[in-house]
Amino acid sequence: MSSLKSGQALTGLVIVAFVVSAAVLAPLLLPWDPATQDLPNRLEGPTWQHWFGLDELGRDILARVLLGARVSLLVGIVVVGVSSVAGMAIGGVSGYYGGRIDQVIGRVMDVLMAFPGMLLAIALVAVLGPSLVNVVLALAVIGWVGYARLVRGQVLRAREFEYVTAAKALGAGTNRILVRHVLPTALPPLLVQATLGMAGAILSEAALSFLGLGVQPPTPSWGTMINGGRVHLLDAPHLTIFPGLFLAIVVLGFNFLGDGLRDALDPKRK
Amino acid sequence: MLRYFVRRVLLAVPVLLGVATLVFSLIHLVPGDPAQAMMGDGASPQDVAELRKSLGLDQPLLTQYRTFLGNAFKGDLGKSFRTGQPVTTMIVERIPATAELAVAAMIIAMLIAIPLGVIAAVWRGTAVDYSAMTFALAGVSIPNFWLGPLLAIIFAVELGWLPVSGRGTLGHLVLPAISLGLALAAILARMTRASLLDELGELYVRAARARGVSATAAVGRHALRNSMVPLLTIIALQFGAVLTGAVITETIFAWPGIGRLLIQSIGFRDYPMVQGCILLIAVTYVSVNLITDLMYGVLDPRIRYE
Repeated sequence: MSSLKSGQALTGLVIVAFVVSAAVLAPLLLPWDPATQDLPNRLEGPTWQHWFGLDELGRDILARVLLGARVSLLVGIVVVGVSSVAGMAIGGVSGYYGGRIDQVIGRVMDVLMAFPGMLLAIALVAVLGPSLVNVVLALAVIGWVGYARLVRGQVLRAREFEYVTAAKALGAGTNRILVRHVLPTALPPLLVQATLGMAGAILSEAALSFLGLGVQPPTPSWGTMINGGRVHLLDAPHLTIFPGLFLAIVVLGFNFLGDGLRDALDPKRK
Repeated sequence: MLRYFVRRVLLAVPVLLGVATLVFSLIHLVPGDPAQAMMGDGASPQDVAELRKSLGLDQPLLTQYRTFLGNAFKGDLGKSFRTGQPVTTMIVERIPATAELAVAAMIIAMLIAIPLGVIAAVWRGTAVDYSAMTFALAGVSIPNFWLGPLLAIIFAVELGWLPVSGRGTLGHLVLPAISLGLALAAILARMTRASLLDELGELYVRAARARGVSATAAVGRHALRNSMVPLLTIIALQFGAVLTGAVITETIFAWPGIGRLLIQSIGFRDYPMVQGCILLIAVTYVSVNLITDLMYGVLDPRIRYE
């Protein structure tokens, strides 16, 4: 099983590496510009020339899917980056200091956790207005809580370790203890959560864009492309199929990788 | 027992208050003047001022907050900007549709997940386990807003077995429920496996096997029953994901529930309606979690004494 599982993690890594390189190298690899329109051949299915076919404005879907990958990965990286750093700082302070600070932060987290999944993100983008920046903001607002809870738990444990007591006895300041000795113990589970968080953020961005609340046309986003393809579900299903397939594969890749990392970093799971 | 119940219910009060406060603040997060945003740039200053007054936005913030909380407590969430009908009435009309979809999705999820999780746990470490869990991970990764249209192409358009959208017959329910339930099934299958594996390692299961109880009975009658307790919590916690997923599924299949109402209201900048839908979904979620905790206390006496 462990070899099967590590095979799964490797598959995840290969998928992620492939998509990242394709997104980065897209302009060099493709002869088609994602904005160029070929109106006479609009909605044309896959051909040797256009592997994924053309969309409702005659634009190359493969080029747009790859450009969409850039948007998705960018959102994922920024959301996970901001949420994990904020979560780590807030969770660290909450767990290490305890008392009143911990209680206040705890109540704020309880309230944010009381909103199911993406609902708060939908609400925030609905009032702030649909845009890429607001999507990132909304996803970070709901995202940090998971990291903060995780880090808080780890810090509560690590606080009692002997080497932390030793550092205290040697006269190390609170910040130094927190940053150098306590927080690093939370890094392995944080890495797992961040990898799975990439999958979640990419999926959430696509969902918000699908609902018309995220990335706005003409910028290609997988969610927007799937939504746009719904009108042509009968005559040109390739408009919906390819962006969705890419989205599912990338999300699966990050999930495989996150799962594999969890098994590799948690000795109890071996 | 009673002390546990009372404590747990009291703990939910500040959370609900926090939820209501956050929902109240939503309209104040609208960049610029919310009334102007709702009416659009072409509206006359008088009309905007009138709307501002009717929404209570001309009052001091604290007064607005007190009024909002007081009214919400009485079930009054204001009037829809689009239809002029009370928000609560419009939401209540759509509860049955969303509840129907959510329950159907959860039933489908359990029908897929429990057998899959049991098979994976019983054949732990084999290719069967690996395949089941890969399938589960794939299920989590497939977005329902992609799966929904694909299912519609195959089963409604190509095969003509089921209606494409709308609500009415049992046939209308099938595709939305599957597209909503699959991701949940994937999560539940993983949890069933993990939960059952914990129980299979326990002494009482080995004791049952030693007494000559068949493997099927040891799993089905003994281990699975106990592993249902943590699973119940997971199912309840996932209820939130179902409600959020319903927002998308209802939009795809034109299912006349609260999720679709929410998305339509966002399109019309009907902020009182948006606030109402968000508040109702969050309060439902908190209540379901509370009920689960209380049930958990009944099912597992150890919880109460902690």
